[in-house]
Amino acid sequence: MTARPALDALANPILPAFGPADVDGNVVVSIGPSHPATHGTIQMIAALDGERVKRVDVHCGYLHRGFEKECEAHTWHNLIPFVDRLNYCSPLINDFAYCEAVEKLMGVEMTPRTKYLRTLLSEYSRLCDHLTCIAASLMELGAMTPFLYLVMVRDYMYEHIAALTGARVTHSYGRIGGLARDLPAGWLTRLSEILTQYEEFVGRVHGLMDRNRIFIDRMRDVGVISTADAIDLGITGPILRSTGSPRDLRKDTPYLAYAELDFDVPVGIKGDNYDRYYVRMREMDESVYMIRQLMEMLPEGPINVDDRRCTFPEKTLVYTEIESLINHFKLVMDGPAVPAGEVYFAHEAPNGELGFYLVSDGSGTPYKVHVRSPSFVHMGGVARMLEGYQLADIIPTFGSVNMIGGECDR
Amino acid sequence: MTHEATLPTPLPPTLEIPAAELLATARALKAQGRFDMLLDVTAVDWPGRSLRFDVVWHFYSTVTFARVRVKTRVAESDPAVDSLLPLYGSALFMERECHEMYGIDFRGHPDLRPILLYEGFVGHPLRKDYPIRLEQPLVPYRK
Repeated sequence: MTARPALDALANPILPAFGPADVDGNVVVSIGPSHPATHGTIQMIAALDGERVKRVDVHCGYLHRGFEKECEAHTWHNLIPFVDRLNYCSPLINDFAYCEAVEKLMGVEMTPRTKYLRTLLSEYSRLCDHLTCIAASLMELGAMTPFLYLVMVRDYMYEHIAALTGARVTHSYGRIGGLARDLPAGWLTRLSEILTQYEEFVGRVHGLMDRNRIFIDRMRDVGVISTADAIDLGITGPILRSTGSPRDLRKDTPYLAYAELDFDVPVGIKGDNYDRYYVRMREMDESVYMIRQLMEMLPEGPINVDDRRCTFPEKTLVYTEIESLINHFKLVMDGPAVPAGEVYFAHEAPNGELGFYLVSDGSGTPYKVHVRSPSFVHMGGVARMLEGYQLADIIPTFGSVNMIGGECDR
Repeated sequence: MTHEATLPTPLPPTLEIPAAELLATARALKAQGRFDMLLDVTAVDWPGRSLRFDVVWHFYSTVTFARVRVKTRVAESDPAVDSLLPLYGSALFMERECHEMYGIDFRGHPDLRPILLYEGFVGHPLRKDYPIRLEQPLVPYRK
């Protein structure tokens, strides 16, 4: 083991945008990157006048792992486990957004059963994501009971999704042109049970929090952002909707099966922390409503398209006939043949617009993969929601923005 | 592309423009096309091409739900385009990312510090000539 270098020999990885001299001698504090109250590795340099935050400089990138560079060295199929690790609270939506973007590039139309199953699982994933976000934000404000209620329901969901996909958190369940496997027996029955339990526990959380004086004092009129500011800063998803603007890709430019579903887009009144909490709570109810509709609509049929460019042949055929063996080999070694071109396709992820910009040069490996991740864009705008409020308000505001490090830093 | 949608297409049409016309185009898109949201800024590296980089912007309209992609080509010797920060606040972070990953200079951007990388990082990692295995640890690895 080599000796540790002297502290002043180490380069400072960040250069703050301002020092005490730039902010009239206000105190400059560094919050994070590893702080117990910020769920996510992020650093904020704040200039404080007493308890008041005057100016904030947000530094992300502590979880940067070269996702986009790594994607250029793997086949299109190999990226599915990587995109799972962007927003690890709702990996299924990442999978489906990525797979559908590749399918658009290939001109592949998914089968009806896959279309409805992906919609159902997207909404189920949104439930998990919102539960995580609300549970963590409430716990940071000292509300331990709602945290346990919500995380317990979320854990039922994780176990239930694990029964389908084989993994609790990073599922790798999407496939280009379909899904990894069909529903196991009894899966939908258990889904109904979980949704009933969800309703019971979310009802308790509503009862504990909605009119709770302490909660309202911390959340109402804190972290306010206007619709015009939110649009200027590229903010999408629940934060934009909390300002009163009903913008939701599921309604505006429907994809998957959303055009056939009946659902509302809940909006807030003034874009503060309380509205963001409530919009997420209401969106979960809408998701449950959609899942119940989809359980009725789910058609029978194959889940993978019959297209040899992307779908793996049946294992029995691989072992018995040469064409399928070669097909399997080529798909593994060369990757799916994606025609040259470029595509940008976005899904409404729990945090906002999750877009994939893919460029193909015609080979089995992407030429470029770029993720338009909502968390990163929101981090560009979060300073607007923090400045002018108190130091302690950073915690609920940051919690209600729901920054996910994996997706923000890529 | 053979995909048609009934609503405004979720797949954006592409507008290829010379770099000098960027600000005028963006202004027109914002004023006349009502493209009020800048969704994304990135670049694509084509080594060997005389104008090596494509810089790519995606715009969205929260009024008409239309999308558009704007592309321009810049040379490696002078990879500069105008910053869209005067028109769209979201350009602040996205242009910083594009700057560090591809070395594109956004003229007029006040703050092009590294954002996902760190101070002192050498090179632009998403360029095709940056080796994928090259490591630049801030703290020496333990032996």
